[in-house]
Amino acid sequence: MDAIAIISIFVLAVFVGFEVVSKVSSTLHTPLMSGANAIHGVILVGAIIVADHSETALELGLSVAAIVLATINMVGGFVVTDRMLEMFKGKSGKSGKSSDKSAGGDK
Amino acid sequence: MSRTVYDLIGLSAGVMFILALKGLSHPRTARRGNLIGALGATVATIAVFFYTTDGELPLNNLGWIIGAIAFGVIVGVPAARRVQMTAMPQLVALFNGVGGGAAALVAIVEYLKLGASATTAEVIATVFTVLVGCISFSGSIVTFLKLQELMTTRPVVFPGGRFVIAATLAGTLVSAGWVVNSLGTTPLLVLAGLSLLFGVLFVLPVGGADVPIVISLLNAFTGLTVAAGGYVLDATLLIIAGTLVGASGTILTRLMAEAMGRSLFGTLFGAFTAKPQDAAGATETRPVKSGTPDDVAILLNYARRVVIVPGFGLAVAQAQHTVRELADLLSSKGIDVAYGIHPVAGRMPGHMNVLLAEANVPYEQLSEMDEVNPTFPQTDVALIIGANDVVNPAAKTTPGCPIYGMPILDVAQAGNVIFLKRSMRPGFAGIENELLFDSKTTLLFGDAKASLTKVVSALKAL
Repeated sequence: MDAIAIISIFVLAVFVGFEVVSKVSSTLHTPLMSGANAIHGVILVGAIIVADHSETALELGLSVAAIVLATINMVGGFVVTDRMLEMFKGKSGKSGKSSDKSAGGDK
Repeated sequence: MSRTVYDLIGLSAGVMFILALKGLSHPRTARRGNLIGALGATVATIAVFFYTTDGELPLNNLGWIIGAIAFGVIVGVPAARRVQMTAMPQLVALFNGVGGGAAALVAIVEYLKLGASATTAEVIATVFTVLVGCISFSGSIVTFLKLQELMTTRPVVFPGGRFVIAATLAGTLVSAGWVVNSLGTTPLLVLAGLSLLFGVLFVLPVGGADVPIVISLLNAFTGLTVAAGGYVLDATLLIIAGTLVGASGTILTRLMAEAMGRSLFGTLFGAFTAKPQDAAGATETRPVKSGTPDDVAILLNYARRVVIVPGFGLAVAQAQHTVRELADLLSSKGIDVAYGIHPVAGRMPGHMNVLLAEANVPYEQLSEMDEVNPTFPQTDVALIIGANDVVNPAAKTTPGCPIYGMPILDVAQAGNVIFLKRSMRPGFAGIENELLFDSKTTLLFGDAKASLTKVVSALKAL
């Protein structure tokens, strides 16, 4: 892919990344970090690509190790984030000012 | 599958990651956001099985690939399912570290593969991935050891440490240049080794209280690593996902540092110049006023307003349910009860909210620091359960101490202060708390849950 396209993708992704998390209460800092952490586990895709390319035992060994580590990062990351957020379920009043809504929605 | 279809699937996964981060920023949509992210990752992973650069399906080494994924799931899922909520921050640190390690390995394999055919841009991206990936890996392992308390939580500062760190950094950069010039395998291994060492040295001087900020920063690092790895592999999705995490992680790191009242620069480099805290190691012999559960019950019984300040000790003792019982009992006596939650109570921002939500503490009773601080002068009793650093006045009065400048809960303004503590041991940051010796402070030593149970029964007997 040409350099300009890659730089465009990079710069736009930086701004989207800044924008989506610029206002978040400290309550959600830990789950948000954990969720972002799980997302970069998508390096698993890269690990699978290099495993497909691998010809020598060394290359294959290293890429298999990369797949194991990336899978732990991705799968473990999403599961632990979900466990954290499970604690918030059924409490839509968590947002602070909408306790009236939670009373109505608790059926 | 054609490259176009594959790239479009990658794009949709990228959009799902954006929606995931957006969802995670709001309490009501957070859980759904996380599931959208998991869906995006799953779609991206499945798609890669149906696309290869040589156009032949199935993938080479398919058995190895599937076996490795299965093994990763077998290790990762039970770890994430079984971990105590109190130990969750170090697990996140560990997951982040292995992600960085995976990215570094991917770049190394691709580098071995490309050999002399690599373009300079690809080599630079490889060098970046290996360098930052290794720092993220070894740095995260050290944060894990600190949070798990397998090593000291105090800043580790050794004589000449600054020069060792500077020399390692210089060596890392020189070997990076060496890789770009020579395209050899040895320089790359030297670079990986020095980067691993730098990661360790970089995190060692960080004090316990600042570890969450470092984890968040390393998380952003790993994101950028993944983006650079995506460039080497010509995988657009990795560039998008990695950059998103890198950017949002940087902002999050800054927000966390702000919530803790720390400058990011000071956190990362302040410890380089910090003197080891002599006073913290010395055994304290000054008298303190320790009370019985009955004393505490009486103080609480005749209060009009009680603010409970929960800390990590409460979480360790699994006392969330007992404290709620105490709060309910006090409320039934017409006493105004609130929980004062410091932004970094526990080990990470928001950690305590998660733990108390687990015990079904009503959300309306949880007050953030800014709300609760002005009410302390009208508060009769501040009940501090297993917390120390977040109420330590040294953050205001002792310039140069590791937590100086961190906003604290002003419990000293309350009529009476009660500490439930296991011992006189200082908190996570390793600093003595003057408030323990104050005349209006009562200490009740013991496990938080056992102490609270005794206070509850004493209160019922009154």
